[in-house]
Amino acid sequence: MIISELKPFEELQQALSEFDKPFLIGCAACATACKSGGEEEVFKLQEWLATQDKDVTGSVVIDEACHIMRASRDLRQHKNAVQDADVLVVLACGSGIQSISSTTEKRVVGGLNSMFLGNVRRFGHYEEMCSLCGDCILNETAGICPVTTCAKGLLNGPCGGMEDGHCEIDAEIECAWRLIYERLQSQKRQGVFARRVPPKNWSHRRKPGRFRLQDGKR
Amino acid sequence: MSRLSEQLASGQFVVTAEIAPPKGTNLTPALADVKKFAGITAVNVTDNQGANMRLSSLALAAQLQQAGTETILQLTCRDRNRMALQSDLLGAAAFGIENLLLLSGDHSKFGDHPDARPVFDLDSVQLLDMTAGLMAGVNMVGKPLNGVPSFFPGAAVNPAAEPFELMFQKVSKKIDSGARFFQTQSIFDREALERFMSAMAPLGVPVIAGVLLIRSAKMARFLNDNIPGVQVPEALIERFERATDPMAEGIEVAREAVAWARESCQGVHLMTLGHEDKIPAILA
Repeated sequence: MIISELKPFEELQQALSEFDKPFLIGCAACATACKSGGEEEVFKLQEWLATQDKDVTGSVVIDEACHIMRASRDLRQHKNAVQDADVLVVLACGSGIQSISSTTEKRVVGGLNSMFLGNVRRFGHYEEMCSLCGDCILNETAGICPVTTCAKGLLNGPCGGMEDGHCEIDAEIECAWRLIYERLQSQKRQGVFARRVPPKNWSHRRKPGRFRLQDGKR
Repeated sequence: MSRLSEQLASGQFVVTAEIAPPKGTNLTPALADVKKFAGITAVNVTDNQGANMRLSSLALAAQLQQAGTETILQLTCRDRNRMALQSDLLGAAAFGIENLLLLSGDHSKFGDHPDARPVFDLDSVQLLDMTAGLMAGVNMVGKPLNGVPSFFPGAAVNPAAEPFELMFQKVSKKIDSGARFFQTQSIFDREALERFMSAMAPLGVPVIAGVLLIRSAKMARFLNDNIPGVQVPEALIERFERATDPMAEGIEVAREAVAWARESCQGVHLMTLGHEDKIPAILA
């Protein structure tokens, strides 16, 4: 899921300084799961805005804020409250914020910073394991992504900063290449170590990403 | 042919040292300092070392080279994508620079611009491959070059890194990708160096052992905390704590490392960090 966190209150205060009547939007998908934009957080934001002398016109938690048409549909069901508002405050990832900003003439203020595509280790602990590079080599690296979990994204083994099998940027983090090496060894195969991995094709990651199924199929 | 490549080929024990470009445009001190390196085979010119922004290593290396000092240009993948790396290498060749030390580079987190976006478009193995391509007359997309560079590419290694086999598979890759010599991270452990050198022996690629002049226990602890890949053993730090003259102790420690290198390596790389006047004492 997309891991996001609430912006600092000072930043929100600044962003909302010119508005009096916010309408609040949360997201029932990732932002709910990582507790940045679900029912509870929308409610807390509403309470805080009351202390800032804002007159909240209403709120909704959209099923999936990243789905542009559904977001627009869910918003229409709150037509009056949205119309009364002078700003829509969105507690969703950057995709969710843009679903909203693309379907309304109203000013939109995003309340979250989106951080990464994260796995859940346990409740409240998120780890980035995939950076969506479009050129996956996990089958060769025993299911451990060096593009993401090596701080430098190196493709041919560890850097000179590996100390006792840990990463130079954080001694708490195990070197991705050590983990790949150990897991491949336990699987008794060479995997990625059998070849010199050529430079990565970053054109797969050209921005902005676009992809269309043909007639709903591949 | 660079003097470094000739001396290594002839089996001469080489001595390299290093110089850092200024944090500004004043090249006068660097050009004066280099005179202290008389008798040294070649001088490494560091590239935003420790991820601290300085004048470009290429610019200083070019000036030194034109003033008659042989250089080893350090080039990291941290600050440049594959196009910039190729451009800089062709530029280096235009200035007569032949010796290269091709590195991944310390993470930007360690330096004075921790908010910078690190590049790492290539890694050090891919950088070596690309350099071999340039030397063969083609760029990374296979287009022929108008004028072909002649380089003597080198790579870095930490001989004491663990797990050993994991570190060494990368050394093998670097050799397959055209590394003609290695310069090592500072050596503190004779056994680790010997183990590394026996693994290197059949490969026939010369190794220049890194020797760092430590001046105090405090400096050793600073290095351990702040410089990736440098691990001064606790026993050595205690030696500095006991020493009445830590600088003299540092010279002695460096002399011991040089002696190990003379037994098994093809040269030493002296990192004296501003105390270049101690080089004769370390080598004596």
